[in-house]
Amino acid sequence: MKRETAVMDAVRDGRRPAFDVARIRRDFPILDLRINGKPLVFLDNAASSQMPKPVMDRWVRYQSSEHANIHRAVHYLSEKATAEYEAARRKAQAFLNAKEEREIVFTSGTTDAINLVMHGYGRKFIGAGDEIILTTLEHHSNIVPWQMLAEEKGAKLRVVPIDDRGELLVEEYRKLFSARTKLVGVTHVSNALGTINPVREMIRIAREHGVPVLVDGAQAAPHLSVDVQDLDCDFYAFSGHKLCGPTGVGVLYGKAALLEQMQPFKGGGDMILSVTFEKTTYNTIPHKFEAGTPPIAAAITLGAAIDYLTAIGMARIAAHESTLLEYATEQLNRMPGIRLIGTAEKKAAVVSFLVEGVHPHDVGTLLNEDGVAVRTGHHCAQPVMQRFKVPATSRASFAFYNTLAEVDALVAGIRRVQKVFG
Amino acid sequence: MTDSKQLYQEVILDHNRKPRNWGTLADATHKAEGVNPLCGDHIHLTMKVEGDAVCAINFQGESCAICKASASMMTTAVKGKSRADAEQLVREFRDMATGKLDPQGGAHHLGRLTVFAGVRDLPTRVKCAILPWHTLHAAFNAIESTSTEAEGDPMHAPMGSGA
Repeated sequence: MKRETAVMDAVRDGRRPAFDVARIRRDFPILDLRINGKPLVFLDNAASSQMPKPVMDRWVRYQSSEHANIHRAVHYLSEKATAEYEAARRKAQAFLNAKEEREIVFTSGTTDAINLVMHGYGRKFIGAGDEIILTTLEHHSNIVPWQMLAEEKGAKLRVVPIDDRGELLVEEYRKLFSARTKLVGVTHVSNALGTINPVREMIRIAREHGVPVLVDGAQAAPHLSVDVQDLDCDFYAFSGHKLCGPTGVGVLYGKAALLEQMQPFKGGGDMILSVTFEKTTYNTIPHKFEAGTPPIAAAITLGAAIDYLTAIGMARIAAHESTLLEYATEQLNRMPGIRLIGTAEKKAAVVSFLVEGVHPHDVGTLLNEDGVAVRTGHHCAQPVMQRFKVPATSRASFAFYNTLAEVDALVAGIRRVQKVFG
Repeated sequence: MTDSKQLYQEVILDHNRKPRNWGTLADATHKAEGVNPLCGDHIHLTMKVEGDAVCAINFQGESCAICKASASMMTTAVKGKSRADAEQLVREFRDMATGKLDPQGGAHHLGRLTVFAGVRDLPTRVKCAILPWHTLHAAFNAIESTSTEAEGDPMHAPMGSGA
């Protein structure tokens, strides 16, 4: 089948740099899996990404020759493990361009990171009558902790609306600020719609009001270059498993001055300097927020994943994914009976769509029979679904190891769905 | 592994396209709402029970094909049956959908409902197929609304009194 599209023309003409995706795919053993006798077409990367062998190998190397508990002992393995764990922290620092390594806290993921800010910052500084600004695009993990806080303290949530394209209305956001606003929580990239939010501008506006901003970077960090100093955000969170790292680990970046003022989230070992039953003093940052034995192996493996992505280059990753997004959007727009949800001007490679007359779950089940993995449902973003008056969508989300041929497989699968239900 | 020829058979697609007993009974004696909050499936069931028999039954709502077809075939199967027989079908359908009842085994009254047997290989779709039956059970027991989550989760909790 001929694919004469503007995108392919550009690649052929050399206006777009070719991306050796075939070479990269060889690093991912799981991509060789066959589902129902068909090659796996993994398009559920927004939910979780796959891990390349070099990153897996890093975990095995850690357990084979470097593991012991950290920060505790004077023996070789403990010092080695500590050095590798702290080296991973510096990799995360460099990845985000944070000013200091002590501004990087290892958490168990983005949700954990947000809960840390809620407990550490929110419960100390937000009180009755105070306001927290969130957006309609937020994932539940950046809604529920604030609802819990609001209920506990008697604070109020104010929500930035979106337009029919799925773009935040920045002027409406500006109007939400009051003398009681204490925090802004905003997602960098919408997991349901792919919208890339103008967070830099939103942070500037918040700065005018002296309000700190927490940015949920779960869907951004894997797909575009993030510079927390340039953004000037106060908090930035992302998950390891969404950028080819392991599950169970994530990163919270926080400005040192803020982290120092915050109260701890979890109590236990390592986050203290000294303990007596009369009085306990807390450790310095970031250790104040890393109680107990951390996910050492996972954090080190996350460091390897960051190295893997950095070696490819975030700009090249973004460019390749943008090609996939353009091609997929082009193809889906050409199909009768397909409606795209989320058509913002600036998007990450996420395509949420509806097949007319067919429930997303039926779409997903049939696509699965073709080996195509998409996600169906509300994507932990029920407010977005309600805004578009749909109970659910089907969502294809791309990573740098996906190909244009895989977009073709998705399209063919959708055509089959329409045929089955036709 | 089930493929579309097994689950999305013509009979299921037909019941999805032209659901039987679609609507809301004006003179219902029993009714209930069934919701699957995770995917938005929603069934509104109304029945007229006279003596011990279901003499009329209707359903309406928005749902995926599996749910709608299950509801449509359920209303056809249950119409004219006694409450006891209907409740037995509820249990048998649930057991078939969760893999506890072998449709080939013969020890059941499911008839054409065995077309849903394939759903046992698709755990996330089991709830879609079961929701209408859950709702039927709720209607018989004067429970206003039911869900396939938490205590209503067919994978984890026994439905009703087990009687």
